[in-house]
Amino acid sequence: MTPTPEQDFDALVESDQRVEPRDWMPEGYRKTLVRQIAQHAHSEIIGMQPEGNWIGRAPSLRRKAILLAKVQDEAGHGLYLYSAAETLGVDRSELLDLLHAGKQRYSSIFNYPTLTWADMGAIGWLVDGAAIVNQVPICRCSYGPYARAMVRICKEESFHQRQGFEILHTLSHGTPAQHEMAQDAVNRWWWPSLMMFGPPDDQSPNSAQSMAWRIKRFSNDELRQKFVDMTVPQSQVLGLTPPDPDLHLDEETGHWRFGEIDWSEFFAVLKGDGPCNQDRIEHRRRAHDEGAWVRDAASAYAEKHRARSEGVA
Amino acid sequence: MSEPRSTQEWPLWEVFVRARRGLSHQHVGSLHAPDATMALRNARDIYTRRSEGVSLWVVPAAAIVASSPDEKDEFFDPAGDKAYRHPTFYDIPDEVQHL
Ligand SMILES: [Fe+2]
Ligand SMILES: [Fe+2]
Repeated sequence: MTPTPEQDFDALVESDQRVEPRDWMPEGYRKTLVRQIAQHAHSEIIGMQPEGNWIGRAPSLRRKAILLAKVQDEAGHGLYLYSAAETLGVDRSELLDLLHAGKQRYSSIFNYPTLTWADMGAIGWLVDGAAIVNQVPICRCSYGPYARAMVRICKEESFHQRQGFEILHTLSHGTPAQHEMAQDAVNRWWWPSLMMFGPPDDQSPNSAQSMAWRIKRFSNDELRQKFVDMTVPQSQVLGLTPPDPDLHLDEETGHWRFGEIDWSEFFAVLKGDGPCNQDRIEHRRRAHDEGAWVRDAASAYAEKHRARSEGVA
Repeated sequence: MSEPRSTQEWPLWEVFVRARRGLSHQHVGSLHAPDATMALRNARDIYTRRSEGVSLWVVPAAAIVASSPDEKDEFFDPAGDKAYRHPTFYDIPDEVQHL
């Protein structure tokens, strides 16, 4: 008996092979991927805003060139991901419309403001750091185009985290005022970074299905713990202290145990009550609308040349 | 409200990069662009920001003819039962060298 498409799909996933765009897949799998990849793509491009805020005010030409390159990378990451989503039969412009209408989400972390230059350090070190921990397992996601996009992204993220660490390290070992600025940035970004891994496992209803489909490889809490274990020793090198009085090394397991996360804050920001939710979407819509003439001009130019070359032939 | 129209109409291009001389072009992803010139420029900015390539191809996705995975069994069947095309198929005494 020939296997049904569903049995073929299950066997692919089971044997850790990749599902490719033209394969049969369950509708739920497709929908989950579209939602996740779109949210991921939106996060990349919305994430350009908090850092874009400081490009014009970077303290040196070197820092400015680096920050500009990082923000350009994030635009690239967005595009890799929109391409991956399109292999599932949706259109990039459709996804952008959903973002602009507030019908699709982006990571809550980008709803916090960037108040000082040290925030560029804290974002690179903590936010990109958390993103890396989240993204590395997705390089082995069961959906081929998403996994491949993630491989490219992960290669590029490493510089993002290192440049952030360098900024904080420099500030932390500078004047007392600079050190204080670095500590203040860590104080503000630490908890939101831990929230980037999503709600605790017992409140994460879709996780089990995503794990079964091998879209997700580790639970939210596992990834969060991994991030804390990697980050706390780095904070010691920085000479900066995570704002958590309960943080301590569990000698038996070797894990850093951290205090209670304020999930009410997380859900409030998710619902739209973060400090910058409104700004981020408005800015995004404005950039899109104000860029319309560029897209129109490119279309008109292409059309003119097409007509001309057809006229010649 | 004139906008969504134009980008939706932009064709999809598949992008191939030759990482360095001596290697073949490899598929790296896709993008939308109104014409080939813009597709090349965008491909450079999106896929070779770190000198990942010495040559780029952009191909209209619509021009690619693909075998359908649904037919994979029959389509690739002819090669399936010809193990003798592989060197490992043959029994050669252990003491034979350079073969
Ligand atoms: Fe990114
Ligand atoms: Fe990044």
